[in-house]
Amino acid sequence: MSENINIHTPASKLTIGGNIYEAGNAKEFKTGDWRSVKPIYLSEKCKQCGLCFPVCPDDAIPVNKEQKREDFNYDYCKGCGVCARVCPFKAIEMKEEGGNK
Amino acid sequence: MGIRERLSGNEAAAIAMKQINPDVVAAFPITPSTEIPQYFSTFVNNGTVDTEFVAVESEHSAMTACIGAESAGARAMTATSANGLSLMWEMIYIASSLRLPIVMSLVNRAVSGPLNIHNDHSDAMGVRDSGWIMLFSENNQEAYDNLLMAHKIAEHKDVLLPLMVCQDGFITSHSIENIELLEDETVKAFVGTYKPEHYLLNRMEPIAIGPLDLQAYLFEHKYQQSVAMKNAKKVILDVAKEFEELTGRKYSFFEEYKLEDAEIAIVCMNSTAGTTKYVVDNLREKGIKAGLLKLRVFRPFPAEEIAKALSGLKAVAILDKADSLNSAGGALFEDVTSAMYVNKYQVTMCNYIYGIGGRDVSARDIESVYTDLQKIVSDGNLDNPYRYLGLREN
Repeated sequence: MSENINIHTPASKLTIGGNIYEAGNAKEFKTGDWRSVKPIYLSEKCKQCGLCFPVCPDDAIPVNKEQKREDFNYDYCKGCGVCARVCPFKAIEMKEEGGNK
Repeated sequence: MGIRERLSGNEAAAIAMKQINPDVVAAFPITPSTEIPQYFSTFVNNGTVDTEFVAVESEHSAMTACIGAESAGARAMTATSANGLSLMWEMIYIASSLRLPIVMSLVNRAVSGPLNIHNDHSDAMGVRDSGWIMLFSENNQEAYDNLLMAHKIAEHKDVLLPLMVCQDGFITSHSIENIELLEDETVKAFVGTYKPEHYLLNRMEPIAIGPLDLQAYLFEHKYQQSVAMKNAKKVILDVAKEFEELTGRKYSFFEEYKLEDAEIAIVCMNSTAGTTKYVVDNLREKGIKAGLLKLRVFRPFPAEEIAKALSGLKAVAILDKADSLNSAGGALFEDVTSAMYVNKYQVTMCNYIYGIGGRDVSARDIESVYTDLQKIVSDGNLDNPYRYLGLREN
Protein backbone atom coordinates (compact mmCIF):
# COMPACT_ATOMS: atom_id res chain seq x y z
CA MET A 1 0.00 0.00 0.00
CA SER A 2 2.85 2.36 0.65
CA GLU A 3 4.09 4.35 -2.31
CA ASN A 4 7.29 6.30 -2.44
CA ILE A 5 6.80 9.67 -0.82
CA ASN A 6 8.49 12.98 -1.45
CA ILE A 7 8.29 16.60 -0.37
CA HIS A 8 5.11 17.09 -2.43
CA THR A 9 3.13 14.20 -0.89
CA PRO A 10 0.07 15.58 0.96
CA ALA A 11 -0.84 14.55 4.52
CA SER A 12 -3.79 12.51 3.26
CA LYS A 13 -1.43 10.27 1.27
CA LEU A 14 1.09 9.68 4.07
CA THR A 15 0.80 6.68 6.40
CA ILE A 16 -0.03 7.60 10.00
CA GLY A 17 3.00 8.48 12.05
CA GLY A 18 5.19 7.80 9.02
CA ASN A 19 4.83 4.05 9.56
CA ILE A 20 6.41 1.88 6.89
CA TYR A 21 4.38 -1.17 5.96
CA GLU A 22 6.87 -2.77 3.56
CA ALA A 23 10.15 -4.43 4.44
CA GLY A 24 13.40 -4.08 2.50
CA ASN A 25 12.66 -0.54 1.43
CA ALA A 26 16.12 0.96 2.06
CA LYS A 27 16.71 0.21 -1.65
CA GLU A 28 14.15 2.91 -2.47
CA PHE A 29 16.12 5.53 -0.62
CA LYS A 30 18.96 6.64 -2.86
CA THR A 31 21.76 8.07 -0.80
CA GLY A 32 24.40 8.58 -3.49
CA ASP A 33 23.82 12.33 -3.52
CA TRP A 34 25.34 12.58 -0.05
CA ARG A 35 28.73 11.92 -1.70
CA SER A 36 31.41 14.60 -1.81
CA VAL A 37 34.14 12.38 -3.23
CA LYS A 38 33.57 9.89 -6.04
CA PRO A 39 35.45 6.61 -6.66
CA ILE A 40 36.43 6.02 -10.28
CA TYR A 41 36.85 2.39 -11.37
CA LEU A 42 39.92 1.92 -13.62
CA SER A 43 39.07 -1.48 -15.12
CA GLU A 44 42.37 -1.77 -17.00
CA LYS A 45 44.30 -1.80 -13.71
CA CYS A 46 41.86 -4.12 -11.89
CA LYS A 47 43.02 -7.73 -11.34
CA GLN A 48 39.65 -8.83 -9.89
CA CYS A 49 41.38 -9.75 -6.64
CA GLY A 50 38.10 -9.36 -4.77
CA LEU A 51 39.33 -7.18 -1.90
CA CYS A 52 37.19 -4.11 -2.59
CA PHE A 53 33.55 -5.27 -2.61
CA PRO A 54 33.48 -7.00 0.81
CA VAL A 55 34.59 -3.77 2.51
CA CYS A 56 31.96 -1.53 0.91
CA PRO A 57 29.57 -0.47 3.70
CA ASP A 58 26.80 0.29 1.19
CA ASP A 59 27.04 -2.76 -1.06
CA ALA A 60 27.66 -0.31 -3.90
CA ILE A 61 30.12 -2.49 -5.85
CA PRO A 62 28.06 -4.93 -7.93
CA VAL A 63 29.50 -8.43 -8.47
CA ASN A 64 28.33 -10.47 -11.45
CA LYS A 65 27.71 -14.20 -11.83
CA GLU A 66 31.35 -14.77 -12.82
CA GLN A 67 32.31 -13.36 -9.41
CA LYS A 68 33.77 -10.29 -11.11
CA ARG A 69 33.18 -6.78 -9.88
CA GLU A 70 31.57 -4.21 -12.14
CA ASP A 71 31.45 -0.42 -12.09
CA PHE A 72 30.19 1.39 -8.99
CA ASN A 73 26.51 1.77 -8.19
CA TYR A 74 26.47 5.52 -7.66
CA ASP A 75 22.85 5.46 -6.41
CA TYR A 76 24.20 4.26 -3.05
CA CYS A 77 27.98 4.90 -3.00
CA LYS A 78 28.62 7.64 -0.44
CA GLY A 79 32.27 8.09 -1.44
CA CYS A 80 33.82 6.86 1.81
CA GLY A 81 36.93 5.70 -0.05
CA VAL A 82 37.48 2.45 1.85
CA CYS A 83 37.58 0.52 -1.44
CA ALA A 84 40.27 2.80 -2.86
CA ARG A 85 42.34 2.35 0.32
CA VAL A 86 42.24 -1.48 0.20
CA CYS A 87 42.93 -1.78 -3.56
CA PRO A 88 46.53 -3.05 -3.98
CA PHE A 89 46.61 -2.07 -7.69
CA LYS A 90 45.46 1.57 -7.54
CA ALA A 91 42.49 0.58 -9.70
CA ILE A 92 40.18 2.95 -7.80
CA GLU A 93 40.79 6.66 -7.91
CA MET A 94 38.96 9.15 -5.67
CA LYS A 95 37.81 12.34 -7.35
CA GLU A 96 36.09 15.42 -5.93
CA GLU A 97 32.38 15.66 -6.76
CA GLY A 98 30.95 18.72 -8.44
CA GLY A 99 31.58 20.62 -11.60
CA ASN A 100 31.01 18.01 -14.28
CA LYS A 101 27.90 16.18 -13.00
CA MET B 1 -29.22 -5.93 34.47
CA GLY B 2 -26.99 -3.41 36.27
CA ILE B 3 -25.19 -4.44 39.44
CA ARG B 4 -25.63 -2.03 42.34
CA GLU B 5 -22.40 -1.58 44.27
CA ARG B 6 -20.59 0.95 46.39
CA LEU B 7 -17.05 1.68 45.28
CA SER B 8 -14.35 4.31 45.45
CA GLY B 9 -13.26 5.96 42.22
CA ASN B 10 -10.07 3.92 42.17
CA GLU B 11 -12.02 0.70 42.76
CA ALA B 12 -14.40 1.67 39.98
CA ALA B 13 -11.47 2.20 37.59
CA ALA B 14 -9.87 -1.10 38.59
CA ILE B 15 -13.18 -2.96 38.14
CA ALA B 16 -13.59 -1.36 34.69
CA MET B 17 -10.09 -2.56 33.79
CA LYS B 18 -10.93 -6.04 35.10
CA GLN B 19 -14.01 -6.19 32.88
CA ILE B 20 -12.11 -4.81 29.89
CA ASN B 21 -9.41 -7.46 30.54
CA PRO B 22 -6.62 -5.76 28.55
CA ASP B 23 -3.63 -7.73 27.24
CA VAL B 24 -1.06 -5.64 29.11
CA VAL B 25 -1.10 -3.32 32.11
CA ALA B 26 2.13 -1.55 32.97
CA ALA B 27 2.04 0.84 35.92
CA PHE B 28 4.04 2.29 38.74
CA PRO B 29 2.48 3.29 42.08
CA ILE B 30 1.92 6.97 42.80
CA THR B 31 -0.54 8.65 45.11
CA PRO B 32 -3.51 8.91 44.64
CA SER B 33 -3.73 6.45 41.71
CA THR B 34 -1.72 3.67 43.43
CA GLU B 35 -4.80 1.64 44.28
CA ILE B 36 -5.74 1.13 40.63
CA PRO B 37 -2.74 -1.04 39.71
CA GLN B 38 -2.77 -2.44 43.26
CA TYR B 39 -6.35 -3.75 42.96
CA PHE B 40 -5.73 -4.77 39.38
CA SER B 41 -2.65 -6.81 40.30
CA THR B 42 -4.82 -8.88 42.66
CA PHE B 43 -7.10 -9.67 39.71
CA VAL B 44 -4.02 -10.77 37.79
CA ASN B 45 -2.82 -12.89 40.69
CA ASN B 46 -6.25 -14.46 41.20
CA GLY B 47 -6.46 -15.33 37.53
CA THR B 48 -9.59 -13.19 37.13
CA VAL B 49 -7.98 -11.51 34.12
CA ASP B 50 -5.57 -12.77 31.43
CA THR B 51 -3.52 -9.59 31.54
CA GLU B 52 0.26 -9.50 31.53
CA PHE B 53 1.01 -7.15 34.42
CA VAL B 54 4.34 -5.37 34.08
CA ALA B 55 5.58 -4.00 37.40
CA VAL B 56 7.90 -1.40 35.91
CA GLU B 57 10.52 0.66 37.73
CA SER B 58 9.20 4.10 36.75
CA GLU B 59 6.35 5.86 34.97
CA HIS B 60 8.60 6.52 31.99
CA SER B 61 8.95 2.76 31.70
CA ALA B 62 5.22 2.25 32.31
CA MET B 63 4.32 4.35 29.30
CA THR B 64 7.17 2.85 27.28
CA ALA B 65 5.95 -0.66 28.05
CA CYS B 66 2.43 0.35 27.01
CA ILE B 67 3.81 1.76 23.76
CA GLY B 68 5.73 -1.46 23.10
CA ALA B 69 2.72 -3.62 23.88
CA GLU B 70 0.26 -1.54 21.91
CA SER B 71 2.49 -1.36 18.83
CA ALA B 72 3.02 -5.12 19.05
CA GLY B 73 -0.74 -5.45 18.63
CA ALA B 74 -1.89 -5.70 22.25
CA ARG B 75 -4.40 -3.63 24.19
CA ALA B 76 -2.48 -1.79 26.91
CA MET B 77 -3.63 0.26 29.90
CA THR B 78 -2.00 2.20 32.71
CA ALA B 79 -2.80 4.54 35.58
CA THR B 80 -0.93 7.44 37.11
CA SER B 81 -1.07 10.84 38.80
CA ALA B 82 0.79 14.15 38.87
CA ASN B 83 4.55 13.63 38.94
CA GLY B 84 4.08 10.14 37.54
CA LEU B 85 2.55 11.73 34.46
CA SER B 86 5.40 14.25 34.43
CA LEU B 87 7.89 11.40 34.27
CA MET B 88 5.90 9.89 31.38
CA TRP B 89 5.99 13.22 29.53
CA GLU B 90 8.46 12.20 26.80
CA MET B 91 6.60 8.99 26.04
CA ILE B 92 3.16 10.63 26.21
CA TYR B 93 4.00 12.39 22.94
CA ILE B 94 5.49 9.22 21.44
CA ALA B 95 2.27 7.31 22.21
CA SER B 96 0.06 9.84 20.46
CA SER B 97 2.37 10.43 17.50
CA LEU B 98 2.67 6.68 16.89
CA ARG B 99 -1.14 6.70 16.98
CA LEU B 100 -1.39 4.02 19.66
CA PRO B 101 -4.80 3.87 21.38
CA ILE B 102 -3.44 3.32 24.89
CA VAL B 103 -5.93 4.04 27.67
CA MET B 104 -4.87 5.65 30.93
CA SER B 105 -6.59 6.43 34.20
CA LEU B 106 -5.30 9.78 35.36
CA VAL B 107 -6.18 10.44 38.97
CA ASN B 108 -5.70 14.19 39.08
CA ARG B 109 -3.24 15.57 41.57
CA ALA B 110 -1.16 18.70 41.93
CA VAL B 111 2.20 18.48 40.20
CA SER B 112 4.79 19.28 42.87
CA GLY B 113 6.29 21.55 44.01
CA PRO B 114 6.22 22.52 46.61
CA LEU B 115 5.44 18.91 47.45
CA ASN B 116 1.74 18.17 47.47
CA ILE B 117 -0.21 14.96 46.90
CA HIS B 118 -3.73 16.37 46.78
CA ASN B 119 -6.14 17.15 44.01
CA ASP B 120 -5.97 19.79 41.35
CA HIS B 121 -5.76 19.57 37.57
CA SER B 122 -2.20 20.74 36.94
CA ASP B 123 -1.14 17.24 35.81
CA ALA B 124 -3.86 17.03 33.16
CA MET B 125 -3.36 20.62 32.00
CA GLY B 126 0.32 19.90 31.44
CA VAL B 127 -0.48 17.36 28.72
CA ARG B 128 -3.43 19.14 27.16
CA ASP B 129 -1.58 19.70 23.88
CA SER B 130 0.00 16.25 23.66
CA GLY B 131 -2.57 14.71 21.34
CA TRP B 132 -4.40 12.56 23.90
CA ILE B 133 -8.17 12.48 24.11
CA MET B 134 -9.08 13.68 27.61
CA LEU B 135 -12.32 12.75 29.35
CA PHE B 136 -13.20 14.15 32.79
CA SER B 137 -15.42 12.41 35.34
CA GLU B 138 -17.62 13.98 38.01
CA ASN B 139 -17.75 10.84 40.17
CA ASN B 140 -16.92 7.13 40.39
CA GLN B 141 -19.78 6.24 38.03
CA GLU B 142 -18.46 8.51 35.32
CA ALA B 143 -14.87 7.31 35.82
CA TYR B 144 -16.18 3.77 35.30
CA ASP B 145 -18.42 4.62 32.35
CA ASN B 146 -15.73 6.71 30.63
CA LEU B 147 -13.27 3.82 30.87
CA LEU B 148 -15.80 1.41 29.34
CA MET B 149 -16.25 3.80 26.40
CA ALA B 150 -12.54 4.59 26.10
CA HIS B 151 -11.34 1.79 23.82
CA LYS B 152 -14.21 2.11 21.37
CA ILE B 153 -13.26 5.76 20.90
CA ALA B 154 -9.48 5.44 20.93
CA GLU B 155 -9.27 2.35 18.70
CA HIS B 156 -11.74 3.61 16.08
CA LYS B 157 -10.03 3.61 12.67
CA ASP B 158 -10.79 7.30 12.15
CA VAL B 159 -9.23 8.17 15.52
CA LEU B 160 -6.34 5.93 16.67
CA LEU B 161 -5.31 8.21 19.51
CA PRO B 162 -4.48 7.47 23.14
CA LEU B 163 -7.07 8.45 25.70
CA MET B 164 -6.98 9.41 29.36
CA VAL B 165 -9.88 9.26 31.77
CA CYS B 166 -9.50 11.82 34.54
CA GLN B 167 -11.02 11.76 38.00
CA ASP B 168 -10.25 13.91 41.01
CA GLY B 169 -7.63 12.50 43.36
CA PHE B 170 -8.98 11.58 46.83
CA ILE B 171 -12.24 13.51 46.33
CA THR B 172 -13.38 10.89 43.81
CA SER B 173 -10.62 8.28 43.90
CA HIS B 174 -10.87 7.57 47.62
CA SER B 175 -14.47 8.31 48.48
CA ILE B 176 -16.96 5.47 48.31
CA GLU B 177 -20.20 6.19 46.52
CA ASN B 178 -23.00 4.17 45.01
CA ILE B 179 -22.36 2.91 41.52
CA GLU B 180 -24.11 0.80 38.93
CA LEU B 181 -21.84 -1.72 37.22
CA LEU B 182 -22.47 -3.70 34.07
CA GLU B 183 -22.23 -7.48 33.90
CA ASP B 184 -18.79 -8.75 32.83
CA GLU B 185 -20.21 -10.28 29.66
CA THR B 186 -22.00 -7.06 28.73
CA VAL B 187 -18.77 -5.08 29.04
CA LYS B 188 -16.88 -7.69 27.03
CA ALA B 189 -19.41 -7.51 24.22
CA PHE B 190 -19.54 -3.69 24.30
CA VAL B 191 -15.78 -3.11 24.34
CA GLY B 192 -15.04 -5.88 21.80
CA THR B 193 -11.65 -7.28 20.87
CA TYR B 194 -8.77 -5.16 19.63
CA LYS B 195 -7.99 -5.83 15.98
CA PRO B 196 -5.33 -3.39 14.80
CA GLU B 197 -4.81 -3.15 11.06
CA HIS B 198 -1.02 -2.97 11.38
CA TYR B 199 1.03 -4.29 14.28
CA LEU B 200 4.63 -5.33 14.89
CA LEU B 201 3.97 -8.97 15.76
CA ASN B 202 2.23 -9.68 12.48
CA ARG B 203 4.79 -11.95 10.78
CA MET B 204 2.95 -11.63 7.48
CA GLU B 205 3.61 -7.90 7.39
CA PRO B 206 7.00 -6.76 8.66
CA ILE B 207 6.64 -3.05 9.43
CA ALA B 208 8.69 -0.19 10.80
CA ILE B 209 7.16 2.31 13.21
CA GLY B 210 8.46 5.64 14.42
CA PRO B 211 10.96 6.41 11.64
CA LEU B 212 12.95 9.65 11.43
CA ASP B 213 10.51 12.36 10.39
CA LEU B 214 12.26 15.55 9.37
CA GLN B 215 11.27 18.89 7.87
CA ALA B 216 9.48 17.41 4.87
CA TYR B 217 7.05 15.22 6.84
CA LEU B 218 6.55 15.99 10.55
CA PHE B 219 4.17 18.87 9.83
CA GLU B 220 1.88 16.58 7.82
CA HIS B 221 1.99 13.85 10.47
CA LYS B 222 1.04 16.36 13.17
CA TYR B 223 -1.80 17.51 10.95
CA GLN B 224 -2.97 13.90 10.70
CA GLN B 225 -3.16 13.83 14.52
CA SER B 226 -5.19 17.02 14.42
CA VAL B 227 -7.58 15.50 11.89
CA ALA B 228 -7.92 12.39 14.07
CA MET B 229 -8.75 14.63 17.04
CA LYS B 230 -11.44 16.30 14.97
CA ASN B 231 -12.78 12.90 13.88
CA ALA B 232 -12.90 11.83 17.53
CA LYS B 233 -15.78 14.24 18.15
CA LYS B 234 -18.22 12.21 16.07
CA VAL B 235 -16.91 8.91 17.41
CA ILE B 236 -17.27 10.10 21.03
CA LEU B 237 -20.92 10.95 20.39
CA ASP B 238 -21.58 7.69 18.53
CA VAL B 239 -20.06 5.61 21.33
CA ALA B 240 -22.00 7.62 23.93
CA LYS B 241 -25.22 6.87 22.06
CA GLU B 242 -24.45 3.16 21.98
CA PHE B 243 -23.58 3.30 25.70
CA GLU B 244 -26.85 5.05 26.46
CA GLU B 245 -28.82 2.35 24.67
CA LEU B 246 -27.04 -0.21 26.83
CA THR B 247 -27.22 1.54 30.20
CA GLY B 248 -29.66 4.42 29.99
CA ARG B 249 -26.86 6.74 31.08
CA LYS B 250 -26.50 9.70 28.74
CA TYR B 251 -23.15 11.24 27.84
CA SER B 252 -22.09 13.98 25.47
CA PHE B 253 -19.27 16.53 25.19
CA PHE B 254 -20.63 18.21 28.29
CA GLU B 255 -23.60 18.16 30.62
CA GLU B 256 -25.88 21.17 30.70
CA TYR B 257 -27.38 21.38 34.17
CA LYS B 258 -30.33 23.79 34.35
CA LEU B 259 -28.53 25.82 31.73
CA GLU B 260 -31.34 26.28 29.22
CA ASP B 261 -33.06 29.24 30.91
CA ALA B 262 -30.09 30.25 33.06
CA GLU B 263 -28.78 33.82 33.23
CA ILE B 264 -25.57 33.04 35.10
CA ALA B 265 -23.50 29.89 34.92
CA ILE B 266 -20.35 28.12 36.01
CA VAL B 267 -18.15 26.03 33.71
CA CYS B 268 -16.06 23.41 35.49
CA MET B 269 -14.80 19.84 35.30
CA ASN B 270 -14.71 16.74 37.51
CA SER B 271 -15.99 16.61 41.10
CA THR B 272 -16.62 20.35 41.51
CA ALA B 273 -19.58 19.86 39.19
CA GLY B 274 -21.28 17.79 41.92
CA THR B 275 -20.93 20.60 44.46
CA THR B 276 -22.07 23.11 41.84
CA LYS B 277 -25.25 21.14 41.05
CA TYR B 278 -26.15 21.24 44.75
CA VAL B 279 -25.62 25.02 44.79
CA VAL B 280 -27.58 25.49 41.56
CA ASP B 281 -30.53 23.58 43.07
CA ASN B 282 -30.48 25.82 46.17
CA LEU B 283 -30.27 29.00 44.09
CA ARG B 284 -33.09 27.86 41.84
CA GLU B 285 -35.30 27.47 44.93
CA LYS B 286 -34.61 31.12 45.65
CA GLY B 287 -35.59 32.00 42.11
CA ILE B 288 -32.04 32.71 40.92
CA LYS B 289 -31.51 31.52 37.37
CA ALA B 290 -28.23 29.71 37.89
CA GLY B 291 -26.86 26.96 35.67
CA LEU B 292 -23.84 24.74 35.10
CA LEU B 293 -21.88 23.50 32.12
CA LYS B 294 -19.88 20.47 33.20
CA LEU B 295 -17.26 19.69 30.60
CA ARG B 296 -16.61 15.98 30.00
CA VAL B 297 -14.60 16.10 26.78
CA PHE B 298 -11.72 18.52 27.24
CA ARG B 299 -9.70 17.14 24.29
CA PRO B 300 -10.91 17.33 21.57
CA PHE B 301 -12.24 20.67 22.76
CA PRO B 302 -15.87 21.10 21.65
CA ALA B 303 -15.42 24.82 21.05
CA GLU B 304 -18.37 25.50 18.78
CA GLU B 305 -20.80 23.49 20.92
CA ILE B 306 -19.68 25.16 24.16
CA ALA B 307 -19.91 28.62 22.63
CA LYS B 308 -23.45 27.91 21.47
CA ALA B 309 -24.49 26.52 24.85
CA LEU B 310 -23.20 29.61 26.65
CA SER B 311 -24.29 32.18 24.08
CA GLY B 312 -27.55 33.16 25.80
CA LEU B 313 -26.11 33.83 29.25
CA LYS B 314 -25.54 37.17 30.94
CA ALA B 315 -22.36 36.22 32.83
CA VAL B 316 -20.25 33.08 33.10
CA ALA B 317 -17.54 32.01 35.53
CA ILE B 318 -15.00 29.49 34.31
CA LEU B 319 -13.35 27.52 37.08
CA ASP B 320 -9.78 26.34 36.54
CA LYS B 321 -8.32 23.85 39.01
CA ALA B 322 -4.83 24.67 37.75
CA ASP B 323 -3.17 28.04 37.38
CA SER B 324 -1.43 28.58 34.07
CA LEU B 325 0.76 31.19 35.81
CA ASN B 326 0.63 33.37 32.72
CA SER B 327 -1.21 36.40 34.19
CA ALA B 328 -4.02 35.83 31.69
CA GLY B 329 -6.18 33.08 33.15
CA GLY B 330 -6.30 29.30 33.29
CA ALA B 331 -6.35 26.87 30.37
CA LEU B 332 -10.09 26.20 30.42
CA PHE B 333 -10.81 29.93 30.58
CA GLU B 334 -8.59 30.56 27.57
CA ASP B 335 -10.23 27.78 25.58
CA VAL B 336 -13.79 28.83 26.43
CA THR B 337 -13.26 32.54 25.83
CA SER B 338 -11.44 31.82 22.57
CA ALA B 339 -14.39 29.64 21.50
CA MET B 340 -16.79 32.51 22.27
CA TYR B 341 -14.74 35.04 20.33
CA VAL B 342 -14.26 32.87 17.28
CA ASN B 343 -17.96 31.97 17.18
CA LYS B 344 -18.86 35.65 17.57
CA TYR B 345 -20.66 35.52 20.92
CA GLN B 346 -20.13 38.33 23.39
CA VAL B 347 -20.83 37.11 26.93
CA THR B 348 -19.18 38.53 30.04
CA MET B 349 -16.79 35.90 31.38
CA CYS B 350 -14.46 35.69 34.32
CA ASN B 351 -11.98 33.14 35.51
CA TYR B 352 -11.52 31.65 38.97
CA ILE B 353 -8.42 29.70 39.85
CA TYR B 354 -9.53 27.42 42.66
CA GLY B 355 -8.89 24.24 44.64
CA ILE B 356 -5.12 24.31 44.11
CA GLY B 357 -3.20 21.59 45.96
CA GLY B 358 -6.41 20.06 47.27
CA ARG B 359 -7.78 23.28 48.81
CA ASP B 360 -11.31 22.37 49.86
CA VAL B 361 -14.08 23.80 47.70
CA SER B 362 -17.30 24.05 49.65
CA ALA B 363 -20.83 24.83 48.51
CA ARG B 364 -20.35 28.23 50.14
CA ASP B 365 -17.36 28.94 47.85
CA ILE B 366 -19.36 28.01 44.77
CA GLU B 367 -22.28 30.10 45.98
CA SER B 368 -19.96 33.10 46.31
CA VAL B 369 -19.10 32.73 42.62
CA TYR B 370 -22.78 32.93 41.68
CA THR B 371 -23.13 35.97 43.97
CA ASP B 372 -20.21 37.58 42.14
CA LEU B 373 -21.87 36.80 38.81
CA GLN B 374 -25.13 38.40 39.95
CA LYS B 375 -23.18 41.52 40.92
CA ILE B 376 -21.37 41.59 37.58
CA VAL B 377 -24.74 41.41 35.80
CA SER B 378 -26.38 44.10 37.95
CA ASP B 379 -23.35 46.42 37.78
CA GLY B 380 -22.95 45.81 34.08
CA ASN B 381 -19.25 45.91 34.79
CA LEU B 382 -16.46 43.37 35.26
CA ASP B 383 -13.49 44.98 36.95
CA ASN B 384 -11.14 42.00 36.98
CA PRO B 385 -11.66 38.85 34.93
CA TYR B 386 -8.73 36.99 36.53
CA ARG B 387 -9.88 35.93 39.97
CA TYR B 388 -9.10 33.44 42.71
CA LEU B 389 -11.50 31.42 44.82
CA GLY B 390 -10.54 30.51 48.36
CA LEU B 391 -7.10 32.16 48.21
CA ARG B 392 -5.64 34.08 51.16
CA GLU B 393 -4.17 37.00 49.30
CA ASN B 394 -3.63 39.72 51.85
